[in-house]
Amino acid sequence: MVDRRDERPVPSQDADTSRRSFLSRLWLGLGGLAIAEYVWLMVEFLRPRPDPLEAAGVLVAGPVEQFELDSVTAFPAGRFYLTRLADGGFLAVSRECTHLGCTVPWMADEGRFVCPCHSSAYDIRGDVLSPPAPRALDLHPVRIENGIVKVDTGRTRKRRYFEASQVARV
Amino acid sequence: MFGTPLTPRTEREQKRVVLNHLLLHNRPVRLPERTIAFRHTFGLGGMSATLVGLLILTGVLLMFVYEPSPDRAYGSIEALRRNVRFGGLVRNVHYWSANLLVFIMFLHLLRTFFTGAFHGTRQFNWVIGVLLLLVVLAANFTGYLLPWDQLSFWAITIVTGMLGYVPWIGDGLIRLARGGAEIGSATLINFYTFHTTVIPVTIVGLMAFHFWRVRKAGGVVIPYSPDEDPAEKPETVLFVPSLLVREFVTGLVLVAIVMVLAVTFDAGLDAAANPGMSPNPAKAPWYFLGLQELLLHFHPTWAVVILPGLALLGLIAIPYLRYDEPMEGAWFVSETGRSLATAGALAAVALTPVWVLVDEYVADWSGWLPGLSPGLSEGLVPAVVAAGITWAVIRLAGRQYGGNRQETLQAAFAFLATALVILTAVGVWFRGEGMALGWPWTP
Repeated sequence: MVDRRDERPVPSQDADTSRRSFLSRLWLGLGGLAIAEYVWLMVEFLRPRPDPLEAAGVLVAGPVEQFELDSVTAFPAGRFYLTRLADGGFLAVSRECTHLGCTVPWMADEGRFVCPCHSSAYDIRGDVLSPPAPRALDLHPVRIENGIVKVDTGRTRKRRYFEASQVARV
Repeated sequence: MFGTPLTPRTEREQKRVVLNHLLLHNRPVRLPERTIAFRHTFGLGGMSATLVGLLILTGVLLMFVYEPSPDRAYGSIEALRRNVRFGGLVRNVHYWSANLLVFIMFLHLLRTFFTGAFHGTRQFNWVIGVLLLLVVLAANFTGYLLPWDQLSFWAITIVTGMLGYVPWIGDGLIRLARGGAEIGSATLINFYTFHTTVIPVTIVGLMAFHFWRVRKAGGVVIPYSPDEDPAEKPETVLFVPSLLVREFVTGLVLVAIVMVLAVTFDAGLDAAANPGMSPNPAKAPWYFLGLQELLLHFHPTWAVVILPGLALLGLIAIPYLRYDEPMEGAWFVSETGRSLATAGALAAVALTPVWVLVDEYVADWSGWLPGLSPGLSEGLVPAVVAAGITWAVIRLAGRQYGGNRQETLQAAFAFLATALVILTAVGVWFRGEGMALGWPWTP
């Protein structure tokens, strides 16, 4: 039998250091992984829990006849306004200003929404009348079933301008 | 019992105190005499550390009383002011320390920059300092919400609302910052937890890092006048008593000033937060009003993301730029540097209000450039014009006074820092109802 011990490759200096540096890099990597895991955990804990309002989904606003033409009705619990246009169509307009998120009140005597924070103004359809607001007020989908107006507060639609297709009709 | 005498008298005892004392072991035994002059550093770093100490002491007390839920937060602050002995005073000390801390750290940053204390071993410590400033801003911001009054509720609403202008991920960022679509109990508990655990621990850790790097750099920069040879060993003095006494006195005077402010000016408490009614005007906390002012002059993506991002990157890059002849030590590093910095600051004092007025009353970028998208006409174009003005100021000052890279950078830095101060002042005092311009004394 041939003694093969001598033929076995002798671990060279290079192989030794590369193994060591591999191990220390492995430890470093594992440490980094542990930190990443903790950050991931923190993000999961900070992730928004379901909003009761959004989870509630559809809010029943009431029968169509209840809302006069060219009128705005506030739904504070749903954080929106139900506006009925002069032609009878409905829009559920978010009360949150698109500029920086202040709550816009409806100025009935002026016939427009005016943000108290930075003076953005919107018309009854939520379209921008004066800046700094960059786009029209957000909408929630409106459905009219058997003469009852229902608003899906769980969904929010962003829009740039008012378009006729956004209006829900009887 | 302590191993070292409480009042060391001989030089030997004075040296031993520094080496053996837990609180002093990270200080040098001897240090260059000229670094301890008050007007070299103004003690701003030590003042910041003192204020952090005050904030921790008062913050712990406040945590015994404060209840972080929308139903109880406001009431617990009212109870603190009414039913807790010294409750209002402790809250005022916390309030004034926090606001002063932002201010003094800004001055500390100016001192470090204008004495050139960011070369060589100090490079990375500058970055740690910038991080500390950011974390302290986060501390102030998260604390701002906690009283849950109208002022705090709407200030946090609009600052988190600014995140919505970050392209693509804006909506996600808002929801993450608020813990939901709107500011509510999730926002409050998140802010409270960051404010009382994560942020203070981070600040203390970064402070230790910061101080250690100062020791590694051999203490604060040594002020040399231009005709001196830096290779010459400067005269040294013992830490105890020379610097210890000066630091102690500076700290005590600062605590006295905070006390006077806390007794004289109440932190105040607005009406309880009402998510259905925004106040007019709604302003961000004062240290973010420069940002809110930018929002009135630039397209939101530029005001919220690009310009602050570039400013922050530039700030962090300062120690890593290439300097032909790094200079450090004396204030403004040379007479040329002093002239250039003064020119930059004065130019900003003259030009920033002009910019605000012209942009408010004359400029109509999107009207002048109807073919361009708003991101270009109200963002890129005014930004390029502003950068051109900055460049022209620096070139003109350079032609007048000369100067190497570092001295020229001082002109640019002085110009931009002063512009930020003026924008902030405009936001605090010259913006009234609907953020319209007006005089502070005419309501």
